[in-house]
Amino acid sequence: MREDKYFLGVDVGSVSTNIVLLRSDNTVEETLYLRTQGRPMQTIQEGIKLLRAKMRKSAEIIGVGTTGSARQLAATLLGADVVKNEITAHAVAASRVNPEVQTILEIGGQDSKIIILRDGVVSDFAMNTVCAAGTGSFLDQQAARLGIPIEEFGPLALQAKHPVQIAGRCSVFAESDMIHKQQLGHSLPDILAGLCQAMVRNYLNNVGKNKDIQGPIFFQGGVAANPGICKAFEDELGQPMIVPEHYGVMGALGAAYLAQEKVGMRPEMQSRFRGLHLAETQFQAKSFECSGCANRCEVVEIMQDETSLARWGDRCGKWSVDVSADIRTGIKELKGGQRGA
Amino acid sequence: MKVTFPHMGNAWIVIQTLFESLNVEVVVPPSNSKQTLTMGTRLSPESACLPLKLNLGNYLEAAKEGADTIVITGGIGPCRFGYYGEVERQILRDAGYDYEVVTLEPPDGSLLGLAKRIRYLAGKDNSWAQILKALRFAYRKSVAMDRVEDLIHAARPRLPIPMETEKLYHDAKRRLAQTMSDKGVQDTVRWVQENIRERQEELGTPPEGFQKPLRIGIVGEIYTILDPYTSMGLEEELGRLGVEVDRSIYLSGWVGNHVFQGLAPGYRSIKSYPSHAKPYLPHFVGGHGQETVGAAVKFAQEGVNGIIQIFPLSCMPEIVAASVLPKIQEAYKVPIMTLIVDEHTGQAGIQTRLEAFVDLLERADLQRGIGQTRGDVLSVEGR
Repeated sequence: MREDKYFLGVDVGSVSTNIVLLRSDNTVEETLYLRTQGRPMQTIQEGIKLLRAKMRKSAEIIGVGTTGSARQLAATLLGADVVKNEITAHAVAASRVNPEVQTILEIGGQDSKIIILRDGVVSDFAMNTVCAAGTGSFLDQQAARLGIPIEEFGPLALQAKHPVQIAGRCSVFAESDMIHKQQLGHSLPDILAGLCQAMVRNYLNNVGKNKDIQGPIFFQGGVAANPGICKAFEDELGQPMIVPEHYGVMGALGAAYLAQEKVGMRPEMQSRFRGLHLAETQFQAKSFECSGCANRCEVVEIMQDETSLARWGDRCGKWSVDVSADIRTGIKELKGGQRGA
Repeated sequence: MKVTFPHMGNAWIVIQTLFESLNVEVVVPPSNSKQTLTMGTRLSPESACLPLKLNLGNYLEAAKEGADTIVITGGIGPCRFGYYGEVERQILRDAGYDYEVVTLEPPDGSLLGLAKRIRYLAGKDNSWAQILKALRFAYRKSVAMDRVEDLIHAARPRLPIPMETEKLYHDAKRRLAQTMSDKGVQDTVRWVQENIRERQEELGTPPEGFQKPLRIGIVGEIYTILDPYTSMGLEEELGRLGVEVDRSIYLSGWVGNHVFQGLAPGYRSIKSYPSHAKPYLPHFVGGHGQETVGAAVKFAQEGVNGIIQIFPLSCMPEIVAASVLPKIQEAYKVPIMTLIVDEHTGQAGIQTRLEAFVDLLERADLQRGIGQTRGDVLSVEGR
């Protein structure tokens, strides 16, 4: 492979859209971190535009992987070779960066995960279920309430002398408890450190429950940028947190690695990538309520110049033109052969 | 009297058959749907478990079709299901619905009391012999239904077009619902078998042989296991991901144990679970908590690739079981995942977890057997 061939990994989540361009020698060429702001389609196009500005004319993308909650949408727009859930993507990225890693703590904008690896293979995982207490959005909100930029949250928390106890069971109660502590006259760093501790406790009690947390521990996701949270984790677990270099885009990095894995298996395969010009393409999304049965599924359709690229959202498969059906479970193809007996 | 009853997966087929054989007018509520849940949630206490909310939705939808009597089974122990009949009766009364609720259980342990209630439902024209005959036929139908479900579990990962497999399942259910003879019931099961076999033959054998599907055992609370609307189409989705599903509880096993007091074993008896559970949970904790633990042990011993536990939010017996399962995961080195559902559960979250779980099992098991024999799908029954 020549130097000018790249793999593209895209992670479209609720809060941020991350894009990674991977060289064929496994080094990261480019990372982009954009705010999704509820407009995943435009954000993906925006990202491609930014990427094109940075790439050389001769550069070629030979494999694309998408992940994150909008992975299907991203796969449709970009023409992806691999579509993977974010748990697998994070695990792949971490074990490529450090094959020894045994635990991944990942805290994103609205969800948090814990992934346990043994011998480089995922052996257990959990995601937050019924509540998003203690995720990035919550920290964002509290920083805004206290009138400090989110970047200063962590460094300020590190200055705490006596972290305040804050009820961390639920964001709403944590917030009222925090206000109460402010009104008692506690200092800002002490309150912030208390929030960090409450959030970490909450995470370990909910997501990390019954999980065998062993080192080396990777701390990934946007929240890993916050040294206050890192310290709270280290205090609680008694082990160092390793924050990998590309901590904020590990999902996208994992998707790029998965695309590379897939292309590596089948060198003759042409990537489905639709090209960098898709930044200018007009996509339309429309949705309608199917009245075929009482489920009233919300079907979403992605169109490009009057042709339908994909439809999803229906339970029965009546409308689905699932572009990614055959690439959704990439590994199955890797092993060749259909299932059956 | 127009009788209706709560939905639970395919149970309607069996219950409808029972009442129709006794010439009792029966209203089958529309299948569980978003609308059912929305209507039921409006009347239910927030903290009630999901099945209650769906039941109430079923009754409201059945009331539009003129139903005036509800039949529901009872139960004992810490699980709230035992109270459903009474709670639902009062909620409906307060909401202004004129429903009579008949709870099929021996009141205060009196079998005579139960007999009276059955008599009331069946009316004067049916002799006890006829009632017994109808019960036995409905039971046989439920065993056949379970066999069909199991065949579909096996077919999903092995047949190429999911929509066609679902259509086969749908048609089989329709046939079973319509037939009123033992021959018709047996023919339906055979028809499904034949159909699967034909489709497999059309596939032929690829040169590289077949990949043996992963196997996942599903354990947990009976309603969420049996009702695909509630479990977000868990079984179907896993089938699409190339997994063969097996579950801890089949309807006839529960009926045999719960209604016939263990006199009939059902398609797959649930009797052995408590003894399997003994090392981990040696006593009854209500609902099917102990069965969940026992079934997980049994599945692990059978060597399934993974186990999924599913239950409605706030289900106490299953919460007890969930706290025991990590020990089984450790002892047998089998991955176990817990899913909790309620009216706020999003499809996306479940989907992500299932995909990740299947990935986990796939990557751990890249060396699975190739070159399965063709008879596999059809020999799934009676494991």
